[in-house]
Amino acid sequence: MKDKVKIALVSCGSEFAGVQKELESAAESLNAKLVYPEMDISALDNIDKEFGLEVASPDLKLMMARAKAVVEGIANVDGVFVATCFRCAEAAIVRNEVRRYIFENSGLPVISYSFTERTAAATLLTRMEALTTIARRKHLLAREKQTGLTAGLDSGSTTTKAVIMRDNEIIGEGWVPTIKVIESAEKALQQALDQAGLKREDIQAIGTTGYGRFLIGDHFNAQLAQEEITVNSKGAVYLAGKQKGSATVIDIGGMDNKAISVQDGIPGMFTMGGICAGASGRFLEMTAKRLGVDITELGDLAVKGIDKNVEMNSYCIVFGIQSLVNSLAKGAAPEDVAAAACHSVVEQIFEQQLQEIEVKEPLILVGGSSLIAGVPKALESLLKVKVLVPPHSQLIGAVGAALLVSGYIDQE
Amino acid sequence: MAKVFIYPTNSLILSDLVERFGHTPLAMMEKIHEKISTVGVDSPPMNITPEDPKRGLKYAAVEVPAGVRGRMSLIGPMIENAEAAIIVLESIAAFGCMGCARTNELTKFLIRQRDIPILELIYPRTEEEGHDFVYRIAEFLKSLPEGEVEA
Repeated sequence: MKDKVKIALVSCGSEFAGVQKELESAAESLNAKLVYPEMDISALDNIDKEFGLEVASPDLKLMMARAKAVVEGIANVDGVFVATCFRCAEAAIVRNEVRRYIFENSGLPVISYSFTERTAAATLLTRMEALTTIARRKHLLAREKQTGLTAGLDSGSTTTKAVIMRDNEIIGEGWVPTIKVIESAEKALQQALDQAGLKREDIQAIGTTGYGRFLIGDHFNAQLAQEEITVNSKGAVYLAGKQKGSATVIDIGGMDNKAISVQDGIPGMFTMGGICAGASGRFLEMTAKRLGVDITELGDLAVKGIDKNVEMNSYCIVFGIQSLVNSLAKGAAPEDVAAAACHSVVEQIFEQQLQEIEVKEPLILVGGSSLIAGVPKALESLLKVKVLVPPHSQLIGAVGAALLVSGYIDQE
Repeated sequence: MAKVFIYPTNSLILSDLVERFGHTPLAMMEKIHEKISTVGVDSPPMNITPEDPKRGLKYAAVEVPAGVRGRMSLIGPMIENAEAAIIVLESIAAFGCMGCARTNELTKFLIRQRDIPILELIYPRTEEEGHDFVYRIAEFLKSLPEGEVEA
């Protein structure tokens, strides 16, 4: 067993919120350990003035002092988890600024999260897994070329994707709706193998990602089962040909979204989530269904429409569908509704996630929703930057997994 | 002997003063001790589980952060049981430090709503103020009726 990854817990009192056990449990399952950065109590005296953020809560001052201890190397850690209570405005300000401060002043991976007493270890797992991966496997993430013959499988919440890669080229693809996790993965892989004209035993290594990564990883004896943050970042910059320098990856998935700030192919700051599926591909699927078009046709329809003609807010998927139904009942044009739905999803990502990371160009949009032409158009219009949708953008996780797992062939 | 709520709730000095004058301090240390000694609960370091913020709903609504409600699940019952209170304002962290400003505001508000003797004073900054500080606390504690509340 490798040494435990030390993750600094910088929080305003998660011990009092009933979530500490879940935090510890998520870390433990990844062979990581949460530690409190040590600092002298006198560091609290002037920290708000030093940091430039005057707050009322002593625990928030403690967060700033602990962040300083991490940056100055007084606390020897491999990554940082910044956490505060959900719904606390003062803490939200400190959480964002502390995270930015650590990210900009140390080479450490850092993530933040706002918790309620209902936060479960499973919710935290993907985020913390990304944190430990960046700390533990930087060498793996540095891989820029796929070698040998590998398969990547992405078991997502809505669809399961598979690719076969040989010597840095995609030679087979599979894409099926996720119904039963293992069966769907089998079908997707078979599609990809058929297209490549290969048999399962020809594959030298398999990498898995997505919600079902552990289950299908066990089933296929995968060499790598890895969360989506690092895998998708890698896949995105690889397919976009932007492996060097900075980039921002936005992945609009079927159930949640990721916004990731990437440097040389390695994720730095990232956010994952969305309050509701209203900010995800699921909302677009429901919109297509209500408009009576296939999801593949929604994008072309949206491009013809004007979003401002329809008032729609998909902060919550239920209210979003209500707006959709109301606008159609008032006689709105389907293309305007489609455009408004795309705009609303992008607006949720902008409001909920992009505020927390610095958007650096190129902005790479991936995930199934990136193929809906109205989505990149809405994103460009909102952010006023060029949005890059790489080829095979819907297969990003599978490509990332196939690329990364090829590192294991070399090791063998 | 009176049950005296102290603020900051984890001030060792205040707790000690209350005890020296024959009263029972209602302090966070006791509550945490109870928590960590509870057999069968394994949620270190404080043993506060997701059930505690739910208990805190008695004192703060669901839109109030979990950390506030978790703290209130410990502090709230002490406020209810208090027969007197000493509130020290503007104290330094070493005197006693409560981490969350929102919890502190609610705590002071709720104790002030109780119809009980309350002494509020500012933390001393000079030696002279220090003497006066201890004197006023001593007088307050001496003024509390002995045994009256035990009945």
